[in-house]
Amino acid sequence: MSIRLRRTMLFVPGNNTSMVVNAGIYPVDSLMFDLEDSVALDQKENARFVLHEALRTINYQGKELIVRINSLSDGMGQMDLDYLIPLGKVAIRLPKTDSAQDVIDCEEYIANIEKKYNMEVGSTKMMAAIESANGVLNAYSIAHASKRLIGIALGAEDLVTDLHTKRSPSGLELNFSRSMILMAARSAGISAIDTVYSNLNNMEGFKAEVEMIKLLGFDGKSIINPRQIQIINDVFSPTEKEILDAFEIVSTMEKAKKIGIGVISLHGKMVDKPIIERAKKVLEIATVTGQLARIEDNYNE
Amino acid sequence: MNKKQTFKAFNPENIETKNEAYITHRVENNKIVESLEEAIKATGLKDGMTISFHHHFRNGDHTVNLVLDTLNKMGYKDLYLASSSLNVCHEPIISHIKSGLITQIDTSGLRGPLADAISHGIMDKPVIFRSHGGRAAAIESGVIVIDVAFLGVPSCDPLGNANGYSRDDERANDVICGSLGYAKSDAEYAKNTIILSNHIVPYPNTPFGIPESQVDYIVEVDDIGDPSGIMSGATRFTTNPKELLIAEKAATVIINSGFFINGFSIQFGSGGASLAVAQFLKPAMIERKYKARFALGGISASVVELHEEGLIEKLLDVQSFDLKAANSLKNNRFHQQISASYYASPLNLGAAVNQLDIVVLSALEVDINFNVNVLTGADGIIRGAIGGHQDTAAGARLAVVVVPLLRGRIPCVVDKVNTLVTPGKSVDVVVTDYGIAVNPARKKIIKIMEENHIKIMDLKELYNIAVTMTGIPKAIAYTDKVVGNVTYRDGTLIDKIYQVKD
Repeated sequence: MSIRLRRTMLFVPGNNTSMVVNAGIYPVDSLMFDLEDSVALDQKENARFVLHEALRTINYQGKELIVRINSLSDGMGQMDLDYLIPLGKVAIRLPKTDSAQDVIDCEEYIANIEKKYNMEVGSTKMMAAIESANGVLNAYSIAHASKRLIGIALGAEDLVTDLHTKRSPSGLELNFSRSMILMAARSAGISAIDTVYSNLNNMEGFKAEVEMIKLLGFDGKSIINPRQIQIINDVFSPTEKEILDAFEIVSTMEKAKKIGIGVISLHGKMVDKPIIERAKKVLEIATVTGQLARIEDNYNE
Repeated sequence: MNKKQTFKAFNPENIETKNEAYITHRVENNKIVESLEEAIKATGLKDGMTISFHHHFRNGDHTVNLVLDTLNKMGYKDLYLASSSLNVCHEPIISHIKSGLITQIDTSGLRGPLADAISHGIMDKPVIFRSHGGRAAAIESGVIVIDVAFLGVPSCDPLGNANGYSRDDERANDVICGSLGYAKSDAEYAKNTIILSNHIVPYPNTPFGIPESQVDYIVEVDDIGDPSGIMSGATRFTTNPKELLIAEKAATVIINSGFFINGFSIQFGSGGASLAVAQFLKPAMIERKYKARFALGGISASVVELHEEGLIEKLLDVQSFDLKAANSLKNNRFHQQISASYYASPLNLGAAVNQLDIVVLSALEVDINFNVNVLTGADGIIRGAIGGHQDTAAGARLAVVVVPLLRGRIPCVVDKVNTLVTPGKSVDVVVTDYGIAVNPARKKIIKIMEENHIKIMDLKELYNIAVTMTGIPKAIAYTDKVVGNVTYRDGTLIDKIYQVKD
């Protein structure tokens, strides 16, 4: 099975029928249909219905489908789960996760629905969004709270309010939180997804932030508008040179193995295990993005 | 062979020069008349005759309504209205149809309340729809005989040199329309041409779009149009992510089509996605150091910007889509005004459309056989214009149609177009937000797309995706009354539009 990339996670308001219907056309890795903050209170029922019908009938062309549910604290999140879990098509993003217990409570509720509908228990995947000081400090236990978790995500807008600060172009205020979340995700072997960048008109600032979170080690970023897709995909996709170098490393290593050599030197540099691991990862990503096929094809011509 | 010439003896008495006669002559050649009524009377216009207009002011046009009101007051009946196009602002024509002033219409398109009224059967005779090239050919070949052309222009000198801007008098540019491309063909062939202008400028008004030799009368009027209306109509800039996605895909198709070479030529049709294609071609042009030899057609701000950045060498402008384009035509010697005939007449093998490599066109509907409808909506009501659609699709080496798979809950890729306007035979590629389809007859394009790893889908596949989401729409209910005859650019009848049943 090929790896699942989560470079781009596009927010789609659940009650905007046109956007829900057409969301599949954009070249994103994941679609995140929202029932929470982007849907007004009197629109929740409508949004659940629109989303249910869309997920039932529309082919989203293999994209990962995630629904951000409402909080379980006032019963709305439970209604979302009752509606959507039986479809067996979506992962659930739990908002405002403060502790491992929040994940466990949600998981229990999901498991009951799965049993009721004779679904495999554990088949519904989850994500947890961390949006508070408590959530950040508990990131490690949250990331390890359930086997259902495929990733944890930073939700910065609520977080900076909790931290008594605001978002800045440098992102200094999020340094600790981003690092905590990344460490926790890597420790649990799940994805780390960065928060949204809400100024659509500052594409340069957006690109700088994407480059920064890639350097930190994040898998990708939530986005609010399709105009942001290209920059993330560009930054997160390996360059042709990176792919060719990786190809050379892996193929040289395989040849060396055949004749019984464990460590090789390539262009005067020692190639050891971490370098080979990274090279394999690059090739894995390039396979999923289709870049490898294109490059191989060009060289065959 | 030349005719054998015989000569009369020269007589100095016959020369009029450097004398009073010459001065008088100058005054006599002043074509300005006191009022529109006087000009109309002077043309000898009679009931049953044909009058013509241009649509360079698009939805800001005031000339059509002003002239028709005047003709109505003068008691005319049964006139044939041949306009290069009609827009939302021409709603008052409804009352002139009811009064019997206008009995038949010949146009590229109809929009708004007038289109709605005609679709509901207000006229006894069907509207004749022609492409811009088809109209030029009809005028040239005498199928349309214009008795009086009423042409609103932003600047004109007393002898009749008229233009869509003025290089001398900035006041004339308060109301500017740029190219007079469609009006040029009317002035050339009309039996009588009346210029209506709000700015009479001193002779010679150079450069001119219409030369004095084609002008009979000039009427000074207060108001010819609203410049803010030129920008409306079909032209707009888009930030709509769906349109941008389609534009990006179309650019990818063009770049990988084999027609994207240094010195290529291109036209962008009106419509958000179509106009946005330019911005996605730009990086590839810069990277490969390509320049386009020329851009053709309706010229928009985005094309002017590419020209100003040195990426397009020349602009051939039959119609300025916005004020930036109009001002570029005024200030820029590489921006050339051309007539509808020069642009697209099928009687002219040297027409600019035949020199075109690539055209990007919008559509209301495309069917699984690549046929395109740009005239009627999903409710059967007229809401568009043929424009240069048929002409450029036929002329260009690569005709790309951009269309969303769905507009709201309405599928735009259909099994059969509601009204056939541009035949699928002249359409090469259809680009939708859900995928790209290449006309199966274009084997070379298919091959080159495959070599460049561009995923191609069947239009039937796209149609199936659409109807899976929307269901198959109910057929539109029509009466058997024909309200529109749609002609192909060669003057043949390609389809009929029927009255909608309420």
